[in-house]
Amino acid sequence: MAAELVNRFETVQQVRDGLRDLDYLADDGIAGVAYLADRLGKPVLVEGPAGTGKTQLAKSIAELTGARLIRLQCYEGLDESKALFEWNYKKQLLRIQADRDSDSWSEIHDDIFSDEFLLTRPLLEAITADDPVVLLIDEVDRVEVETEALLLEILSEYQVSIPELGTIEAKQIPLVFLTSNNTRELSEALKRRCLYLHVDYPTMEREREIVLAKVPGVTESLADQIARIVRSIRSLDLKKAPSVSETLDWARTLLLLNIETIDETVAKETLHILLKYQTDIAKAAKDLSVDE
Amino acid sequence: MLDLLNGFVVQLREAGLPVSLTENLDAMDAVQHIPIEDREAFKYALGATLIKNQAHWRSFETVFEVYFSLRGPEYRLANSDGDSELDDLWREMQDASQEGDGRGGAGSLNALTPEEIAHLLMQALMQGDQALMKALARQAVQRFAGMEPGRPVGGTYYLYRTLRNLDLDGMLAKMMEAAQQQALSPGTSLEQRLEREEFEHRIAEFKAEVEAEIRRRLVADRGAEAMAKTLRKPLPEDVEFMHASREEMVSLRKALQPLTRKLAARLARKRKHGRKGPLDFRNTVRHSLSYGGVPAEPKFKYPRPAKPELMVVADISGSVAAFARFTLMLVYAISNQFSKVRSFVFIDGIDEVTEYFKATEDITEAIHRVNTEADVVWVDGHSDYGHAFEVFWERYGKDVSPKTTVLLLGDARNNYHASQSWVIKELNSKARHVYWLNPEPRSYWNTGDSIVGEYGNHTDGVYECRNLRQLEGFVEKLA
Repeated sequence: MAAELVNRFETVQQVRDGLRDLDYLADDGIAGVAYLADRLGKPVLVEGPAGTGKTQLAKSIAELTGARLIRLQCYEGLDESKALFEWNYKKQLLRIQADRDSDSWSEIHDDIFSDEFLLTRPLLEAITADDPVVLLIDEVDRVEVETEALLLEILSEYQVSIPELGTIEAKQIPLVFLTSNNTRELSEALKRRCLYLHVDYPTMEREREIVLAKVPGVTESLADQIARIVRSIRSLDLKKAPSVSETLDWARTLLLLNIETIDETVAKETLHILLKYQTDIAKAAKDLSVDE
Repeated sequence: MLDLLNGFVVQLREAGLPVSLTENLDAMDAVQHIPIEDREAFKYALGATLIKNQAHWRSFETVFEVYFSLRGPEYRLANSDGDSELDDLWREMQDASQEGDGRGGAGSLNALTPEEIAHLLMQALMQGDQALMKALARQAVQRFAGMEPGRPVGGTYYLYRTLRNLDLDGMLAKMMEAAQQQALSPGTSLEQRLEREEFEHRIAEFKAEVEAEIRRRLVADRGAEAMAKTLRKPLPEDVEFMHASREEMVSLRKALQPLTRKLAARLARKRKHGRKGPLDFRNTVRHSLSYGGVPAEPKFKYPRPAKPELMVVADISGSVAAFARFTLMLVYAISNQFSKVRSFVFIDGIDEVTEYFKATEDITEAIHRVNTEADVVWVDGHSDYGHAFEVFWERYGKDVSPKTTVLLLGDARNNYHASQSWVIKELNSKARHVYWLNPEPRSYWNTGDSIVGEYGNHTDGVYECRNLRQLEGFVEKLA
């Protein structure tokens, strides 16, 4: 490996406190894995239900380390030319036509396959950057299994091979985060190269803290009630349990409506912010109103 | 340290978790960067490097707890003289059974009567006092479990003995009462409900604490390797349908949902990226016009496999009910992969339940209705495959077409009734495929009153479906 491993963090606690200052409340697992990723120079594969702050983690880490965030959004049909690099063939054509007579063929040939004509895409950009960067490969489970192989070289060796240019090695090891919503099993090869982090719904205490940190103006008692009701709703058998972001939306709504304590009617009337399926809403409403 | 980690990885592999060599090396690397006293960080470091699937986390946790339970912070992790620590705890247990000897913060608890302990526990639970709860859990195990060194009894036995003495259900009611007395005004029903949930949550925490304490003591008694074997939990996908405990059922149901989602995505992709077919001559010629008649761009016919029609006929009598339930859930979760799904359930009578699934989006509710409303008992409510098949043929036989795939679910334990296997033969000649799924282990087939072989002769295949993994494999092949 050409690049030196630079330690960005001293202790796990430092990661945790730093993230807390940025209003991202990490638990032991999250902070620990982020710290290890830095120390071992390995990518982190973050899995978990939608809306639990997987992408936000990468953003916050970037902010914490003062690095630039480079994001590659994955989708079905993503290919090399959009993820890694592409030759700027229009410019190449222009170059060839510009001085047709003067140069010999071999000069042109060497010339048009040089850095100047290379369009860098997110992965290559992260590798070649001079300033510190955090690379976020979002929703990696959306690409096909074959495309996953594209990522392998960069994840394990931090280098990109371009047939015409040779191998480009990283100037510095970037922090890499891959997120996945677990819609399909990722390949063993990919998993093996990563540290694994599962981000689940937060515990009640952590959720309360998150609400307090993210929604200015919310009172302690309201945040406490919100966290408890959300936990109660999550314990039901639902199609889609409320995520953290939906909890925050709900807290903001309640704040806008000037509600200080939640009672049954308020809870039922605002359920549609937490839940997105009609059957779920009906079920939760029924469950909340039944009391022993 | 090296030996310690290696031993741990061996334990993980024995528990059925796939740990590769590089992951092992990563783990070694990772623990060097972690302050060794920090047990939680140590656990997460190992977890992040060794475990790459959330479903395996629970198994990992159990193995970790057992393997490192005596090497925790209070016993100084990775200390070479770990054996003497083991001896200490051992001696302590011996002492405890003879005389109540003092022991740190928990020492003063020894003098209390059981009533006082119950009272203390209630207060600790109501205030959520973690330290006191821990001390009480230790005290409770020491006092009530009656653990004797060397006694060959499982941990659940001790757990049961301890909890019986504490009466936690009664505790919940008392706590609710006390909480209401303390509150100035009787809270709304919502508040009460939240309060109750909070208490239930704390009691569950306390139970887990008691369980951990028992485990620690058992490990001290028998050694970590022996305990790891007895405490090992199978992965959700390997749990057998027919012998799943209630807890395992819940985890199965949880595992089913992401599994169906993955399966549906995979099948949809498979359909879309179909194999290349033969040359499409007409299309190629049409496209050649833009190249001046040169067929530069060959076009191919892509096969569009027809979606199969599915008929599920399931035995829902006691022993195989869970299996039928999971198969129906799985089939309906990916029902868009089939052009039509009809389902029938039987014990000794047979009833069509397709409507239940059409009426609601919620599969669990539909399954519930199947279990409560379907008219499946004809005489005595003991499985009679012969009669059920006969009626099926009479009523629905005409709907079976060459496009239909018939799926028969059950253990074929016919209680020595007539088999009527001619129905299966007729079905097989009419339908595209007939498959039989049997939740019993293959070695039990055709023993006792099982006549799966007799039916199986007339089907396209009999498959053993004891767990989710096998079921998933079959369903993928089907669609």
